[in-house]
Amino acid sequence: MAAEGTGINWYKYSAPHTFYPLAGRLIPWFAGLALVFCLVGLYIGFFVAPTEARQGEAYRIIFIHVPAAWMSMFTYVVMALWAALGLAFNTRLSSMMASALAPTGALMTFIALWTGALWGRPTWGTYWVWDARLTSELILLFLYFGFLALEAAIEDTRRADRACAVLALVGVVNVPIIYFSVKWWNTLHQGATVSLESAPRMATTMLAGMAMLALGFWMYCIAAALHRVRSIILERERRADWVRGVT
Amino acid sequence: MKARHKRGLLIAAGVVVLAVAAGLVLSAFQKNLVFFFTPSQVVAREVPIGKPFRIGGMVAERSLQREPDGLTVRFVVTDTVKSVPVMYTGILPDLFKEGQGVVAQGKVGDDGVFVATEVLAKHDENYMPPEAAHAVEQAQNAQKTLIGN
Repeated sequence: MAAEGTGINWYKYSAPHTFYPLAGRLIPWFAGLALVFCLVGLYIGFFVAPTEARQGEAYRIIFIHVPAAWMSMFTYVVMALWAALGLAFNTRLSSMMASALAPTGALMTFIALWTGALWGRPTWGTYWVWDARLTSELILLFLYFGFLALEAAIEDTRRADRACAVLALVGVVNVPIIYFSVKWWNTLHQGATVSLESAPRMATTMLAGMAMLALGFWMYCIAAALHRVRSIILERERRADWVRGVT
Repeated sequence: MKARHKRGLLIAAGVVVLAVAAGLVLSAFQKNLVFFFTPSQVVAREVPIGKPFRIGGMVAERSLQREPDGLTVRFVVTDTVKSVPVMYTGILPDLFKEGQGVVAQGKVGDDGVFVATEVLAKHDENYMPPEAAHAVEQAQNAQKTLIGN
C-alpha cells in the first residue's frame, strides 16, 4: 500500500526510530508558530479588541478560555483516535502518541475550568455551578486524570496501552455531550458564539484575537505532544540499538 | 478480512453502542439535567413542590423595585409567555439588569412569590463593543415606536 515514488511513504514514519528525528525537526516550527500566534492574539485581545458593552473588560478572559476549552475537547478526540489505532493495528507509535497527548489535554481542560471560574465570578456571580456544561467539562478532566493514572498503575506497557485505549474510547462519548450541552439542556453557561451553523456573534477584532490564540494553542499542543512523544520513544525503545546511538 | 480490520470494526461498533447507551441514559435523566425551570413550568406546577429549585428567564422590563432597606429587591422573571415575581435579599451580580437573563435559586412561597436565596446573571453568546450595543438598542426602540403607533 506504500505510495509509489511520488508521495510520502507514511508507513515509514510509523516506526518510532524514523519518527523520532522527524518529530525533533518539527518541534521548533510548531513551537515558533505557537509563540507568534499567541503573541499576535494576545496583542489583539488586550490592545486592539474593544471593551464589551455589558461585561466591560472581564470578557477578555474569553481569549484564553475558549481556545483552551476547544483544545481540551479536540485533544481528547485526537488522543482517542490514536488509542483506537493502537488497539486495532497494534502499532507502537499510536499508543505512544495517545500517551503523549493526555497531559497536554489535561492542562487545557484545567485552564478552561480555571479561567471559566475566574470569569464566572464577575459575570454570573459565582465561581462554579453544577450545570451540564461545567459538569461535563469537569468529567473530561477526570477522564484525562484517569487515563494518566491507569497508565501509571499498570507495569506492562502493552497491557497499559490497551487498558488506556479502552478508557479513552469510552470517554470520547463525553465530548459531544460537552459541546452540545448548552443546546440540549438549559444551562447557566451561554450557547456557542462561534459555530458552523451561524455567523460568529462577536465583533470582528474580538474574533480575530480569539482565532489567533486558538491557532497558537493548537500549535503549542502539537509541539508539546511531539516533545513528549520523543521522550516516550526513548524510554520504551531503550533496548534498541538506535537509541543507544542517540544517547 | 484481516484481524486488524476486524478489531477496527469491533472498536467502531463498541463506540457506537456506547454512544447509544449514553444517549438513552441522558434522555432518561433529562429532567435531572435541567439547570433551571422556566416561569411557564413554575406557573404550570411542573416544579418540585416544597423543595428549592432554580428559575431562569429574563428580568422583565421596568419590574425591578428596591425595598427601603436597600438590600431587598423585587423583580419579575419572564419567559415572554408567563412570569413569576421574585424577592431577593442580597447583593446582585454586576450583569444583573432588566431585560437580561437571570437564574435564581429558592422556593415559591404561599403567596406565589419566589423567594430567592441566590441570584445569578446569565449572559448571552453575543459580544459587541458599546457603540454597537447602543446602535442595536436605538434600532429596537425605533421599532417599538413604529409598532406602538
